[in-house]
Amino acid sequence: MTALLQHPGYEDESLQRVAEQLPCREAQSAVLLSLMGQPQQYSYPSIFIYGHRASGKSHVMHVLLRELELPHATLSCVECVSGVLLFERVLLSLFGHEAAALLPRSASLSDFVRVYRQQCSLSPAEQTRFIVMEKAELLRDADANLLPALLRLQELVEDNVTVVLLSEIAWDKFRPNTGCFEPLLLHFPDYSKGELQQILSQDRHPSYSADFYSSYINILLGVFYSVCRDLRELRHLAALNFSKFCEPVAEGKVKETDTHKLWRNIEPHLKKAMQTVYLREVSSLQWEQMQQMEEKETGVVRGLSAHTHIELPYYSKFLLIAAYLASYNPARTDKRFFLKHHGKIKKTNFLKKNEKTSNHLLGPKPFPLDRLLAIFYSVVDNRVAPTASIFSQISSLVTLQLLAQVSHEDQLDAPKYKCAVSMDFICAISRTVNFDIVKYLYDFL
Amino acid sequence: MSTSSVSKGCFVFKPSGKKKMRELGLEDHFAEGCEGAENTAARFELCQQLWDKLKTDTEALQDELNRKVLDSLLDLTRKCSTTRQHSDWASKMRASEIPTAALVLGVNVPDHDMTFQSLSELLQQSVTPHVASVQAKECGTLKHLMKRVLERLTGTAVDDEEEEEEGAEQTSTPLHKSSHCSLSTLCDWYNAKARKSSTGTPGKKRSSPTKDEHQQPPVVIIFKDLEAFNPRVLQNFILICSLYIERLPLMFIFGIATSPSTIQHMLPHSVSSLLCIELFQSLSCTQHLATVIDKLILTPQFPFKLNGKVMQVLISIFLYHDFSVRNFIKGVQLALLEHFHSQPLSVLCCKKKQALLNVTQLGHLDLERVRQLPSFKRYVERQEHQEQVSLLTDDGHLKEVCQRLIKDLRKYHKNYYPVLRCLHTLTSSLPRYPLGKQIRELHLICLEKNVSENEDYQSAMKLLKMLAKDELITLLQRCADILQSVKSKKMRTAHVQLEELLAKFKQLDSAAVETAPVVEENITSPVRNLQKKTDLFQLQKTLLEMNESRRSKKLSPFEVLRNDALEFIDGLVKSHLCPPESQTLNEACYYSSSATVRRHLNAAPRTSIQAALRTPYYYIQNDSLKTEDGSVSNAAPDICIAYKLHLECGRLINLFDWLEAYATVVSAAEGNDPDSDDYGKVDEVKHARFIQAVSELEFLGFIKSTKQKTDHVARLTWGGC
Ligand SMILES: Nc1ncnc2c1ncn2[C@@H]1O[C@H](COP(=O)(O)OP(=O)(O)O)[C@@H](O)[C@H]1O
Ligand SMILES: [Mg+2]
Repeated sequence: MTALLQHPGYEDESLQRVAEQLPCREAQSAVLLSLMGQPQQYSYPSIFIYGHRASGKSHVMHVLLRELELPHATLSCVECVSGVLLFERVLLSLFGHEAAALLPRSASLSDFVRVYRQQCSLSPAEQTRFIVMEKAELLRDADANLLPALLRLQELVEDNVTVVLLSEIAWDKFRPNTGCFEPLLLHFPDYSKGELQQILSQDRHPSYSADFYSSYINILLGVFYSVCRDLRELRHLAALNFSKFCEPVAEGKVKETDTHKLWRNIEPHLKKAMQTVYLREVSSLQWEQMQQMEEKETGVVRGLSAHTHIELPYYSKFLLIAAYLASYNPARTDKRFFLKHHGKIKKTNFLKKNEKTSNHLLGPKPFPLDRLLAIFYSVVDNRVAPTASIFSQISSLVTLQLLAQVSHEDQLDAPKYKCAVSMDFICAISRTVNFDIVKYLYDFL
Repeated sequence: MSTSSVSKGCFVFKPSGKKKMRELGLEDHFAEGCEGAENTAARFELCQQLWDKLKTDTEALQDELNRKVLDSLLDLTRKCSTTRQHSDWASKMRASEIPTAALVLGVNVPDHDMTFQSLSELLQQSVTPHVASVQAKECGTLKHLMKRVLERLTGTAVDDEEEEEEGAEQTSTPLHKSSHCSLSTLCDWYNAKARKSSTGTPGKKRSSPTKDEHQQPPVVIIFKDLEAFNPRVLQNFILICSLYIERLPLMFIFGIATSPSTIQHMLPHSVSSLLCIELFQSLSCTQHLATVIDKLILTPQFPFKLNGKVMQVLISIFLYHDFSVRNFIKGVQLALLEHFHSQPLSVLCCKKKQALLNVTQLGHLDLERVRQLPSFKRYVERQEHQEQVSLLTDDGHLKEVCQRLIKDLRKYHKNYYPVLRCLHTLTSSLPRYPLGKQIRELHLICLEKNVSENEDYQSAMKLLKMLAKDELITLLQRCADILQSVKSKKMRTAHVQLEELLAKFKQLDSAAVETAPVVEENITSPVRNLQKKTDLFQLQKTLLEMNESRRSKKLSPFEVLRNDALEFIDGLVKSHLCPPESQTLNEACYYSSSATVRRHLNAAPRTSIQAALRTPYYYIQNDSLKTEDGSVSNAAPDICIAYKLHLECGRLINLFDWLEAYATVVSAAEGNDPDSDDYGKVDEVKHARFIQAVSELEFLGFIKSTKQKTDHVARLTWGGC
């Protein structure tokens, strides 16, 4: 704490404000501050911060840069779909619109460096400029030279600039194999239960006491800590369920201090929240509405995943069944299942022990179109002409993501597919057309 | 089994109707190849009128059906735009999620367009001007998606690097430099809009008072076909949007064809936790079709009719292939067009007044056509000799008779539909649905042949006899309600009769209290048990038992009355539900060429290719290629010969043998002397022709090269010859 409160080059007051906003991240912010040095001093060229979601990476950077009033550009790599957008953002934040407008339309990295140099010669840095890149893991998919260049941007543009990369993935998974400048690594560990308690307790409701809110957070963490440590999510859940928690107090039934009674009231409710809102089975809006009318009618809410029923045209059902069979049966058993007079197929040969039961564990296998159609024609009960609509139904099943096309879309010749539905789903479908699919599955023979 | 490049593709059939009608000089197109050229103009006009009516009616119907879902969706969007302004503790603490409506529409994707069309219109009218719909196929990458969204919202073209690259760098400093596709551009645009609307144009704003000024209209993005989107693109887009949600009141609508659980399959928890998803379920497509059939087909308003077979084709395309109501309507449209195009007497297929008028204007040729109609011939046979002669010779008399027949046909329809509905009401809740669950099934049965001769009808009547009194009365009451609203003399008398019967039933009620009500109990209850039984054998046994037990007993007053009522219904059915074929002049209104409809709507590309290869004389209209035994002539196009020869081979075809055989056939066609040395020899030209034929066959997907043997090709199709 003391390390944070005094730092040469920065006002104590702003450091004080920083410390207040960053509980449980004192160590990390102290390291960052010492890396940054005094505002006018050059800092390390690139810093790589990693830690799980909601471990406060963005928060810490944001608070530091804002409170210490350092020039900076913050951008998210998801948003910068192309390098150009990234360059434009950086120039815009650091030098303003005119600078960004100087970039040619399809700017390359060297264009960016040129414009940057030109701009910083006009307005030399008095303080270190910071470029914070959120979700830096996406840089791995960008141009191969972008990441190495960013890591040594200071050197390239000859300016007092530091690039801070924020990522949920460790640096080891990042490092280009051609080698590059190594950034300074800084890890943000997950918050412990106690830390979460401390941070969350700060958001107390203005009309209730701090202790009351803190006990609420304690109960909340008791339920959720085992499944969720995401601060953002926990805060969201806390906000959603707090009204339910205070209900007995507001009605005057229970005193604020009677923690046990309060716990008994809220715990089942939170458990239910864990299975519904937390999984986004039920939206937060619905959840709030449910809370209001719960007393009267505790109607069973059906979550999103409860709706799995799909109505399909008759032949689509059979195409899907055929696809399922093709995906989970070995091709050599087709004769046995679908040929009336399959002649002599030796039992021992047919049933290979180790192969049995494993097909469903291994997942669906790809199959060519002709096999699909061959099975389709033998399972569907009446004669079907090979019309265009049969083929377009296959395409429809692909767009509906019930089938997956394995071969490339452009490959017209012998395309391959995989069946992408579950056993339960296909059984339900088969039942509607009176087809006993289990009889045709090799695994269940 | 088939597999081939060509047969894999999807062949979308675009009905010719709409297009033909909108083009210039469509009438000429219509007249082309039309039978009975005298009255094409009139027929064209009628056809167009009917189609316009059908179209507006279906659209109105669809709007009505969608109304409920759309209304609740609109409510949500309104709610979103108002709750955003809340600033209490809970909403500050809560993560700001993007409000999302998951609209489950069913797998009938072709129908969705219309729904989304009306949805976005409604949204624009009543909630927000900012609505953008995107489709998966135009948004393969995040950049494209972003671009489409921006374009559709701002209504201007967004600068695109790719385009510019093609544009040869001549515009080095474009004006709107910063209009790169990103949401911050959109934010700026939105803020500018908001500012403008709050300060400027006071005149326009006056109608909507101050309330509006605080409200930010949401920016709605509609993803029409969620399943087809690339999950990564969608995830990233949502991530980006969530960065801006504080500044930009975004809202999503997901159009889902399968089930809402796909959202969770496509989006990981980290992304779906950014959304606040509400579910909306639209009417299922089978219900939708049922309403369309009920409102548009089963009504005497619409003079054009489909016969049983055509109806069957359209319904089975719907049930077996696509579930698309829109395609069903297009099928009706095709039938409509074909009917007016191919049937000269279709001038009589219109409103009564006009039809009667049109009869008077029939020419001699048309009247001859009337005389040729099978239904008319049957009619003539039933007449006396004198009348027969005058019908066949006297045009004036025929016209008079025709007018009467047209009126009769109209009356038939007027009575048919109410009686059909009555019968459906009575039978649709019987166990095992002997006459179908849906009215369209019953309609099909009735179109086919006399229902009263149908076995299922008999058993339905038997089951009706076993209904408990109150059940029977409610059903009959519903029938009476149906008949009440019909404006037809016969139906009015039927209604009166039915009401009398019902009154008697009610009298029975009051009388029965005094006499023994016990007797009924054991007769009427078994049908309840029947509902549960699923075994056919059991069912028949119980029926038999009940029959016997009944015979031995004296009929109670209720039974007497019930038999009367059912006899009355039976009488109605017998006199009004006869198939349309039995009606004279039905050909004028009924379209019957199911084969045409099937061929057009459910094309079988491979079958037609094979037919073309097998019967080239028909396709290239060259009779010299015709042979007695129907085989392919020597002089047929090369590809036909090669195709014919390849049918005789096994799975692998030796190319050299094939070539030899081909050369022999072609030499025979050239009329070379079979004994000469050259006969059957492969020269360069023949070789080249053969190669071309083979590669054409490969292109059509009949053969492909194989790695098993280099000088062989593999056959890909079997049978079909
Ligand atoms: N130490 C902390 N004190 C207060 N709030 C915090 C702290 N750490 C994180 N938060 C809050 O948690 C949320 C998620 O943090 P964020 O910095 O975005 O995580 P990350 O960038 O690591 O994914 C933010 O809303 C932030 O305000
Ligand atoms: Mg972050």
